[in-house]
Amino acid sequence: MSTTFEVNGKQVTVDVEPRMTLADCLRHELRLTGTHVGCEHGVCGACTVLVNGEAVRSCLTLAVQAEGSQVTTVEGLSNDADLTPLQKSFRKHHALQCGFCTPGFITTAHALLTEEPDCDADRVREVLSGNICRCTGYIGIVEAVLDARQHYKK
Amino acid sequence: MKNTFIGTPMERREDLRFLRGRGEYVDDVAMPGLLYAVILRSSVAHGRLVSIDASAALKIPGVHAVITGRDMPGGPPIVPMRLQPLPEFKPFEQPVIAHDKVRYVGEPIAVVLATSVAIGEDALDVIDVKIDELPAVADWTVAQQNKSILFDKLGTNRSLVFESRKGDADAAFAKAPYVRRERLRTGRHYGLTMEPRGVMATWDDAKGKLTIYGAAKVPFFNRRILAAQINLPVEQIEMIENDVGGGYGARGEFYPEDFLIPFAARHVKRPVKWIEDRRENLMAMNHAREEEAILEVACERDGTLIAIRGDVHTDMGAYMRTNGAVGARNVCQFLPGPYRIPHVKIDSSLWMTNKTPVGTYRGPGRFEANFFLERMIDMIAEDLGIDRIEFRRKNLITAKEQPYKVATVQPTNAVDEYDSGDYPAALERALKEVNWPEVSKLQGKLIDGKYHGLGVVCFIEGGAAGPKETARIEANDDDTFSVYLGTTSVGQGVETVFAQIAADALEVPVDRIRHVYHGSTAYVSDGYGAYHSRSTVMGGSAVLDATNNFMAVLRQAAGKKLGCAESNITFDIDKVTAGDGRSLPLRTFAGLTAEGEFKNHKHTYSYGAHIAHVTVDARIGRIEIVDYVVVQDVGRAVNPLTLKGQVIGSLVQGLGGAVLEDLKYDENGQLLTGSLADYLLPIATDFPNLRCFVTDDHPSPINPLGAKGAGEGGIIAAGGCMANAVANALQSFGVQPRQLPLSPGYIWELVQAGQRKAAE
Repeated sequence: MSTTFEVNGKQVTVDVEPRMTLADCLRHELRLTGTHVGCEHGVCGACTVLVNGEAVRSCLTLAVQAEGSQVTTVEGLSNDADLTPLQKSFRKHHALQCGFCTPGFITTAHALLTEEPDCDADRVREVLSGNICRCTGYIGIVEAVLDARQHYKK
Repeated sequence: MKNTFIGTPMERREDLRFLRGRGEYVDDVAMPGLLYAVILRSSVAHGRLVSIDASAALKIPGVHAVITGRDMPGGPPIVPMRLQPLPEFKPFEQPVIAHDKVRYVGEPIAVVLATSVAIGEDALDVIDVKIDELPAVADWTVAQQNKSILFDKLGTNRSLVFESRKGDADAAFAKAPYVRRERLRTGRHYGLTMEPRGVMATWDDAKGKLTIYGAAKVPFFNRRILAAQINLPVEQIEMIENDVGGGYGARGEFYPEDFLIPFAARHVKRPVKWIEDRRENLMAMNHAREEEAILEVACERDGTLIAIRGDVHTDMGAYMRTNGAVGARNVCQFLPGPYRIPHVKIDSSLWMTNKTPVGTYRGPGRFEANFFLERMIDMIAEDLGIDRIEFRRKNLITAKEQPYKVATVQPTNAVDEYDSGDYPAALERALKEVNWPEVSKLQGKLIDGKYHGLGVVCFIEGGAAGPKETARIEANDDDTFSVYLGTTSVGQGVETVFAQIAADALEVPVDRIRHVYHGSTAYVSDGYGAYHSRSTVMGGSAVLDATNNFMAVLRQAAGKKLGCAESNITFDIDKVTAGDGRSLPLRTFAGLTAEGEFKNHKHTYSYGAHIAHVTVDARIGRIEIVDYVVVQDVGRAVNPLTLKGQVIGSLVQGLGGAVLEDLKYDENGQLLTGSLADYLLPIATDFPNLRCFVTDDHPSPINPLGAKGAGEGGIIAAGGCMANAVANALQSFGVQPRQLPLSPGYIWELVQAGQRKAAE
């Protein structure tokens, strides 16, 4: 069936089976492969994207559920010219190794910092506890998110 | 210019693509005309395969083919072992697809090729498989009864016994003044990578060439295996390593799918992709760790260690996989760890069971060995009334005893020695960092409803496996260099670390290293890969050799062009100069290249200490970490930023194994932990207070970099350290953990047992 939504600021219409997940739609139909699929049962958080600004598991969301909404992926939080302040902070704090879980952390952290730029370390850990990283042990990730807060304060 | 990029913390090159979602993992590669492979796996742990009827599946629109063992001329090929390929193991190696028996839940039975994964999964439901079930062998204690036998012709479920020997343990025990005997076991873990495995293969019928995407870890080895299985010359197979979402020992070994997918592509003459889902991953990727030890330790009354002997039993799962013997081998050689134990006699039995087969997982055999011995040391020290720190100080191998010879393992005749280091100094540093005199006052204290405990353990980590590694340096047309590697990246930061090493070797700014290429069997003549914490040491040393060779060919070429003696040629960043001052830009020599290699049959041993300060809520068995310090000496730190990432990252994996992770089976061999809701991994809220201190006081004498493998030190000692900390916290209950993980239920049971005993 046909469904229309906005991805990273552009309107798209895709023809998908009703059972296709948003993750598969983004990756395979729209070729936005920055969103990764790590478990397909909503535990690991690698597939997290923003739907109307909220962090959402795209593996537990059907593509047709995105009808009419605004979807933002890691590609939409990036630009060619330079890393964003959040991305720079991840790099500085060595908050990634293999990079597979990273897009999910970037989207989750962006949603958190946009809503709560004053969050403390406990809150960061609580919100990031829905994303699994197997390489870093999280220390660098938490430091990176805390360090990026200044750029989200209005 | 004399550089010091080595030793400087440098931000990573690979981050620029990963952070923007521009990494390219195997599932990100698209290909026209692609078919998707979905694998039918056994739901029965042990049985005879009677029939497979795929006729209904083939009627589903979009299903292209269903491949079984019958499609393979001469029967399904066997996956040979890569490490310790002993003849004794041959009969236990895995066929790429089940054809007469199934031996574990998850074993491949058929491969469906369809136009989408969803259609392929629909087809799985209608393939009719008949299996005559046999009694399952669900753990090593059942295996040793030899009632139900996995490999009928062999008559035993034991594939081998490794024997480690040093001195005369039996004689030493006969006159030892003190002996302690314990039975200890570790849980079943695995090197779960966030990116599940994947393979994509294309077959070029005109050229007779296979291209395999999704290779990792050991592509050159795997190419040789595949070439033999599929009857192609190695040069007709190219292995392409995409970005790899984690390795940890498990990813990149040759698995059944590494044959099945290329075979399928050639069979149907179309590109075929297979991406593992998480449920499959839990039952198909190599398991690890599940070992039980029955050990005796002998010592003097003053705590001087004399001897260790006993048996270790490893639950191998159903087949001997490529590196499946490593854990069982390592545990018997490295049980003494960093301690001076003159007499060693360990028999390490490998038991075949109806579970997913075992391979390596970061710190194979070493995590287990460290838990076994460190737990016993604390129990012995308490028994003898000796301070456990003093006990360790007395027995740690000192700098002047290096190199220190360890036990020899048979039947592989593995002789080994530690290379260098001051083990007691690392322990002292860790004690200083936690402020031991102060913090030790909290041992066993109940504060705000939680008992405080401290664990202290020491460790060694082996690295830098031979026999060799290869690298190549090439001049580019923009006055820069490219570096090509035989080793691989599993996400550890190879591109950054090798740029640092090459820049120092070539004496150029690091941005003159335009690119570090890894990931194709076409780049260098031969390669080994990323295992045994070897990439930096072995590959880095190969870069030094390649630099020397490159300079030799550059002088030769420049001498010709400038008409002067080679010996008069000098090179400086981007120009080559003759003795009389005439010079040419480096780009004149674009394409000039030289390969180098490093051969080595010795191992590096980094070492250190862990100290954990925990609290335990005895009512609910919950552990919290107040502070955790790792000190590790790595010989020479190339990039302290990524190195600390290795230490902390591996530590958290180890803490997962210490308190959370366990692959559970029932008595029928059914996997009970088939999702990430059941197999628990550390999350951001679990272990916030971790610190590491990386030193490079004792360079390795066995390689020109002086570096030691250092990717596993964090994980190796985490189980022993946490168990000792919990015992220390709950000393008033007489709690002595003897197994991992330290789950809330297990701790609660130990507390209850302690209370019952006290009441008696």
